[in-house]
Amino acid sequence: MKNSYQADKNGYYGEFGGAFVPEMLYPNIEKLKQEYIKIMQEVSFQKEFQQLLKDYVGRPSPLYYAKRLSEKYKTKIYLKREDLNHTGAHKINNTIGQILIAKRLGKKRIIAETGAGQHGVATATVCALTGIECIVYMGEIDIARQAPNVARMKMLGATVIPATSGSKTLKDATNEAIRDWINKPEDTFYIIGSVVGPHPYPDMVARFQSVISEEMKRQLKEKVGTENPNYIIACVGGGSNAAGAFFHYLENEKVKLIAVEAAGKGINSGESAATSLLGKEGVIHGSRTLLMQTNDGQITEPYSISAGLDYPGVGPQHAHLFKSGRAKFLNATDEEAMQAGLELCKLEGIIPAIESAHALAALDKIEFKKDDIVVVNLSGRGDKDLDTYISYFNY
Amino acid sequence: MNRINQKLQKNDKLLSIYFTAGYPNLNDTSSIIKNLESSGVDMIEIGLPFSDPLADGPTIQQSSSQALKNGMTTEILFSQLKNIRKNVNIPLLIMGYFNPIMQYGVEDFCIKCAEVGIDGLIIPDLPVDVYHKKYQEIFKKYSLVNVFLITPQTSEERIRFIDSISQGFIYMVSSASTTGAQNSFGESQKNYFEKIAKMNLRSPQIIGFGISNKETFKLATQYAKGAIIGSAFVKFLNKNSVGNIKNFINSIC
Repeated sequence: MKNSYQADKNGYYGEFGGAFVPEMLYPNIEKLKQEYIKIMQEVSFQKEFQQLLKDYVGRPSPLYYAKRLSEKYKTKIYLKREDLNHTGAHKINNTIGQILIAKRLGKKRIIAETGAGQHGVATATVCALTGIECIVYMGEIDIARQAPNVARMKMLGATVIPATSGSKTLKDATNEAIRDWINKPEDTFYIIGSVVGPHPYPDMVARFQSVISEEMKRQLKEKVGTENPNYIIACVGGGSNAAGAFFHYLENEKVKLIAVEAAGKGINSGESAATSLLGKEGVIHGSRTLLMQTNDGQITEPYSISAGLDYPGVGPQHAHLFKSGRAKFLNATDEEAMQAGLELCKLEGIIPAIESAHALAALDKIEFKKDDIVVVNLSGRGDKDLDTYISYFNY
Repeated sequence: MNRINQKLQKNDKLLSIYFTAGYPNLNDTSSIIKNLESSGVDMIEIGLPFSDPLADGPTIQQSSSQALKNGMTTEILFSQLKNIRKNVNIPLLIMGYFNPIMQYGVEDFCIKCAEVGIDGLIIPDLPVDVYHKKYQEIFKKYSLVNVFLITPQTSEERIRFIDSISQGFIYMVSSASTTGAQNSFGESQKNYFEKIAKMNLRSPQIIGFGISNKETFKLATQYAKGAIIGSAFVKFLNKNSVGNIKNFINSIC
């Protein structure tokens, strides 16, 4: 069956996905569901979107042959440099797309959730770009530990509202954003930062991020003569950079897809974010997917040294890729990721985001052949993580 | 006939009260229910606490997280309700989010509800179409009424559809909001109440969200069969003992 790994018309990937939202949000979700593909296919939309990706974000992002890293792992490793995008990560691909949709739907107010602050910054950026009011919800605990990103959002003109409910982190920021939307459904557009939430968000976000694998195909063809690598490796929290890096290869089963989750202090330590292994089927933030929860169905707080990977759920498409076996799910501990991050600094002169360092940590866990072509999606740069690197390695 | 439908056939305007099970204390559930009935309340919504209650404002969020800290679980709630029908005759509903029910097993949950004498369920994040396709038969098998929400943004066509598959009442959310967000009704809400009243739906409507006192209860029941008070009652329990519930109810009607 063609496109068996993409969303069906109701937003299901196998048994995962759907739109489990309270009736208050039904009209907004339904309208978006009917409009998003139509809008994305408009010539004027595509023109504006592509232009901004090129001139504002700096795309295409390079596909870089990492020579010394390749020597170390005795294979051919290419890095897809999403870290070189404006604002420092892949997140901006999606916020540019969604703000253009929000404009076309006539919305006057943007809300977003953020964990580490990367999506918040990317949203505040596009709101400044378009002159639309921006409110970012961020867990009180995350605000305290991500001060530079809070300052960035404020400089960009956004209002940052602390989420003080529950565990005061990303999942609670998401709850608060959804509550805001329930209270102001008519003028507000919710820019979700990952391939999570009710349909059509997971599919819409994946389509905006699919530019990553679209460019990858073209760049590989040019550099090595084939569009298809043997492996694509990406980290997964909610899963948006992986969704984009996998998108155009999903139906090509010869390309091995590797998703790397954060094991935190170890899978069985009680402090982990490896949702595919530790999660069970359930409903979180409007989507049926795998999520970390108690036997009683209360959602639990995950842990990872990387603030971008500690989400208790995973996008419904990834749940499906895991369950169907299309993608292989590995995981990396804090220690493995930090060492892999440092290794990239020393071997290639690139300081990666700690999220992306989890993907790099998988290089040590796979037996590659000498001629394999391996693409690691380097989803973000490490500037935001300097404090964590400094305290971890005592620089 | 289900206790909810019996109650709806009466001529009176109905007062329904929501409380969060396990709050303020883990084992308050049955005494809250008994006190509510003896105070003259017509119907009760027992809140099954959830870690991430999306449709609720701060008051019910806080009562839910306190209840969970107190140790409330689905199993404990059912054990607290085990003998409730020895003393209590008014309709009892459970209001909760879908994930805990899904983990318990939807059919197992329905079996337990029927066993202890629950008459209906309100699950705000279980979409109408998913219920209709997947769970309707199970609910019917155990004679459980599933109550759907409508809001000022719900289209007329959708309201007609919801009306056609409702077996009890329609839960009319007074405005686009989370619970406990407002204290009075403005013109736009009155217009909405009037519009719905004129639709002549087969299911009676009960208004919730924003009912907190005598005035708002009176206004809501001018247009609808009844009204639901949640956050205001949960706030009352925060400051007053269960034995004083009568004072709260007397202040409403």
